[in-house]
Amino acid sequence: MRATTPKTPLQQGIRDAAPFILVVSPFALVFGVVATEAGLSIAETLLFSVAVIAGAAQFTTLQLLNENAPAVIALLSGLAVNLRMAMYSASLTPHLGAAPLWQRALVAYLTVDQSYACSVAAFERNPGWSLKQRITYFFSACIPVVPMWYLMTLVGALIGESVPESFALDFAVPITFLAIIAPMMRTPAHLAAALIASLAALCLTWVPFNLGLIIAASLGMITGAQAELMLTKRGLFK
Amino acid sequence: MIDRPELWYVIAALALGSFLLRFTFLGLVGDRPLPEWLLRHLRYTAVAVLPALIAPMIIWPAATGGSFDLPRGLAAFVTLAAGLWFRNILISITAGAATLYLALYLLG
Repeated sequence: MRATTPKTPLQQGIRDAAPFILVVSPFALVFGVVATEAGLSIAETLLFSVAVIAGAAQFTTLQLLNENAPAVIALLSGLAVNLRMAMYSASLTPHLGAAPLWQRALVAYLTVDQSYACSVAAFERNPGWSLKQRITYFFSACIPVVPMWYLMTLVGALIGESVPESFALDFAVPITFLAIIAPMMRTPAHLAAALIASLAALCLTWVPFNLGLIIAASLGMITGAQAELMLTKRGLFK
Repeated sequence: MIDRPELWYVIAALALGSFLLRFTFLGLVGDRPLPEWLLRHLRYTAVAVLPALIAPMIIWPAATGGSFDLPRGLAAFVTLAAGLWFRNILISITAGAATLYLALYLLG
């Protein structure tokens, strides 16, 4: 379908990221509600979201502060949840590393699960894109998601009461991510990486500070790389 | 009640730390070529991190106190199957959401 209707990177980025409005909005809304319930002012809540833009880390840190955990533990746990961002950064480097420093700094600030997932998938689909097209795509993929993150945090902080539980909004996160991961399973190596990473994550939930995620992801990456080597050796890759 | 200014320090440090995590490779490595073995691993970052992030949310959803939930399990399965089959994000999300609400209505 995509090959017959060529669109500019700008249009593609906005369109690909648009479904994530469904994920980001409820997540931000709930953060706004929870933060104000924990006693943060509206300004503090909004500042939190604008400065950090990382839902899972924000929730983790807020939760621990609210439970009167030491500030250092709250901070380190939030950073541990965000360790995956360093992996995203490394993974974007071959695609965007040649951009000017100020653009790379802006890309870094805007690197979130959604912009990263859309971009890597698009860069793999379009290996012929120039650096400018890749940068345009990345920023375009942020347009639906990042302003919505700020806005819905503010809305959540203002309404300050929870969304009805029957909406099952908690499950918007896994569903949208599954939908974006599935088309990325292009080779047996990708499939093996995803499978091992998922199984390891399930086995390692007991590891403190969310480090199980990082270990599981590393195991998945090693699995993918090894599978690629094996398949290449037998002439089966790609 | 969370103490001030402790809260502000933590927000500032989390913001700075998160930025540095995001900036490390992209900012410091730039366009210097990376070794092939590293690139080979980086190709699998997305398909490893994202599944590892959501697998526990699917099997032990927080909304049901961490016990497996049939409607949510079914919705995840349908989303994944539709995604593998159609390779289209919107179709896959719609199928998953429809399954979730239908199953919650019928089974919940």
